[in-house]
Amino acid sequence: MKKKGNIFWDFFASVKLALFCFFTLAIASIVGTIIPQNEAPAVYIQKYGAQTAEIFRLLNIPDMYNSWWFVSLLALFSINLIVCSFDRLPTVWKMVTMDNLAVKTGRIEKLTPRNSYASSRPVAEVAAGVKEVMAAAGWKPDQREIKEGTLLFAQKTPWVRFGVYIVHLSILVIFGGAIIGALFGSKGSIMLREKGVSPYIFERGTGERLPLGFDLRVDDFSMTYYDNGSPKEYRSDLTVLQNGKEMLQKSIVVNDPLKYNGFTFYQSSYQAYEEYWVTIQNQTTGEKQTFMARPGAEIKWSQAGITFGIINLLPPDQWGRYRLKIWFSDNKGEPSVFWLGGETEVSVERIDGAYGFKSEQVYATGLQVAKDPGVWPVYIGCTMMLLGLIVAFFLSHKRVWVYIKEEEGETRLLVAGSANKNKVAFENIFDTLAEKLEENETLALNRV
Amino acid sequence: MDSSKLLGITTFIYLFSSVIYLAMFIFRFRKIGILGTTLAIIGLLVNTAGIGMRWLESYQMGIGHAPLSNMYESLVFFAWSIVLIYIIVEFIYKNRVIGAFAMPFAFGSMAYASLSPEFSDRITPLVPALQSNWLIAHVFTCFIGYAAFAVACGTGIMYLVKLRDKGDNPNSLLATLPSLKVIDDLTHKIILFGFIWLSGGIISGAVWANSAWGTYWSWDPKETWSLITWFVYASALHARFTRGWGGKRIAWIAIVGFMAVIFTYYGVNFLLSGLHSYGAS
Ligand code: HEM
Repeated sequence: MKKKGNIFWDFFASVKLALFCFFTLAIASIVGTIIPQNEAPAVYIQKYGAQTAEIFRLLNIPDMYNSWWFVSLLALFSINLIVCSFDRLPTVWKMVTMDNLAVKTGRIEKLTPRNSYASSRPVAEVAAGVKEVMAAAGWKPDQREIKEGTLLFAQKTPWVRFGVYIVHLSILVIFGGAIIGALFGSKGSIMLREKGVSPYIFERGTGERLPLGFDLRVDDFSMTYYDNGSPKEYRSDLTVLQNGKEMLQKSIVVNDPLKYNGFTFYQSSYQAYEEYWVTIQNQTTGEKQTFMARPGAEIKWSQAGITFGIINLLPPDQWGRYRLKIWFSDNKGEPSVFWLGGETEVSVERIDGAYGFKSEQVYATGLQVAKDPGVWPVYIGCTMMLLGLIVAFFLSHKRVWVYIKEEEGETRLLVAGSANKNKVAFENIFDTLAEKLEENETLALNRV
Repeated sequence: MDSSKLLGITTFIYLFSSVIYLAMFIFRFRKIGILGTTLAIIGLLVNTAGIGMRWLESYQMGIGHAPLSNMYESLVFFAWSIVLIYIIVEFIYKNRVIGAFAMPFAFGSMAYASLSPEFSDRITPLVPALQSNWLIAHVFTCFIGYAAFAVACGTGIMYLVKLRDKGDNPNSLLATLPSLKVIDDLTHKIILFGFIWLSGGIISGAVWANSAWGTYWSWDPKETWSLITWFVYASALHARFTRGWGGKRIAWIAIVGFMAVIFTYYGVNFLLSGLHSYGAS
């Protein structure tokens, strides 16, 4: 793949271009944090004047992160990354897979750190002994007889040289996930009143109806508060229906969505109505019915011969507590008038027996809906990035050679090593290994 | 002893520690360095106790959550991380002068948290949007990263100061600083460390955003600024591979990068609007 000398190739492979991309992406990104994004055209005209607003429009500033020029910059960045990787990978591949026993002994003699020793034992015996010591210390050496003597070589984690390439690839994987999401995903939202059912959502941006392929029903929405009045929980009880059959039921809260068939439903907002669910139970027969009551309107439960209504209302306070004044008649004796709050049941005694009353404010819940098949690639990319960074920063490719030969009637030993990173840490490791060799009595090594 | 007392004491210990490190550097009192280190360690322990206590207190109030949920708590944690990272650096490099360039950041963060009228140190319950384990992962990772960048900014400044050392007087103030090569290497290493945590912070934030509202990236100002910061440090990592980007430029990137961190952390909340203003529901 290497095409050195081709100026296009060199341009796209250069780290200078990467620095240029980092710089321009950073500067360009600032613009969108200062100028509000995705507002209506009128907002820009009002805020910046007609002329500036027109320039903004031409440069796609109101949606700059999706503009042709910003996306082009990201594309340039990706090409840079790809070309640069292809440019360098062959060299790295060679470093990882090379035959380290074939290196010239002259090169080993120039490495740091390195220690030289002399021994009175024969070469073969020393080689065997060194091998044993190294293996015990976690270095498994290979051996080769060469012209001048014997060469041992051991290495640790050669693959860490690929670490940066995993990081670079991870960025492309994340971009890939984002592209999949943009092409095949959809985002939308829906505001549904309690007991409401919807087979579609409204697409973000266009506002068009997007069919779900199933029905979503909101059974209940509720909120709870802390003592200081700040909200504690927003909860929607949702049911998924397929052809009228209940498939799945889940209470969602912020940070805990419902997933079904590729769609995910997130609790995002709510709307309160000045209407109340009033549940009446005949405590003798157990018969029960829930009505939606609007203050001032009369409601009839014909089968039970009941009429009731909300005749007064103390609206919700900051903890959502309200009070309803109920007028109630079962056509037997004087009508009852009483106060009804949230949560607690009120029992009303009548001639024929008692009726239980409960109420709850009517809400609509606002759901964000997302379908994004690109999320998994993005997460895989993120994981690759973190693992790659750890490998690239904290691990190193460590190599140790031991070159043993006979010279002037004694055995000469050269122990040398190298690491591609964290040289100081490697020197400590090297010294530990050297010490183990020196301490070994059968080797009888003397530092020279 | 309640948490606010402990954290108040922490502020003072960090102040003393900073003063001693600075005095050691400026007046070349090598001997008092050990006192600076001792104070830094004691401060860290008191800081840890203060954070732990605050955690406990929130449970006693019945609204238990990790103390990482607002500006005040994050500044306290920021100071804690700076001191932790600095102490580790000091132990590895066996050089106390760095403290003169790092501890003041920790003191500044604590002092700002306690004195600034805009942040309340009251323990408040978590609004629904913040009720997620990702909050802890997100704030923790981001702030370890920010703290590393604070220390890298300190060593970057140290590098620029050292550049004025002509090397003609071995007894000069500047001669007590580590060599340019060592400072440069240190800055680079700390940036690598911070970069991993910042990446983790951005990623955990994205995962959280996706679990809370179904979009892992929405170019909200805080997200965008964290990405800008990330680009600044990415350029520091790559600059080493291009000729002409020597130690001086890396030192400047460390300083500019930290300014981007401050803006991401602080400026965005007050100057720009977005999803991240702590406490908005
Ligand atoms: C945001 C995007 C990028 C990130 C997060 C990233 C990350 C990294 C990291 C962590 C390293 C290792 C640095 C070290 O060990 O000190 C690295 C090295 C490198 N990067 Fe990137 N990089 C990115 C984009 C690019 C681009 C666009 C290029 C295009 C030329 C590039 C070229 C290189 C090269 C040539 C190296 C040196 C590899 C070696 O050690 O031989 N990077 N990158």
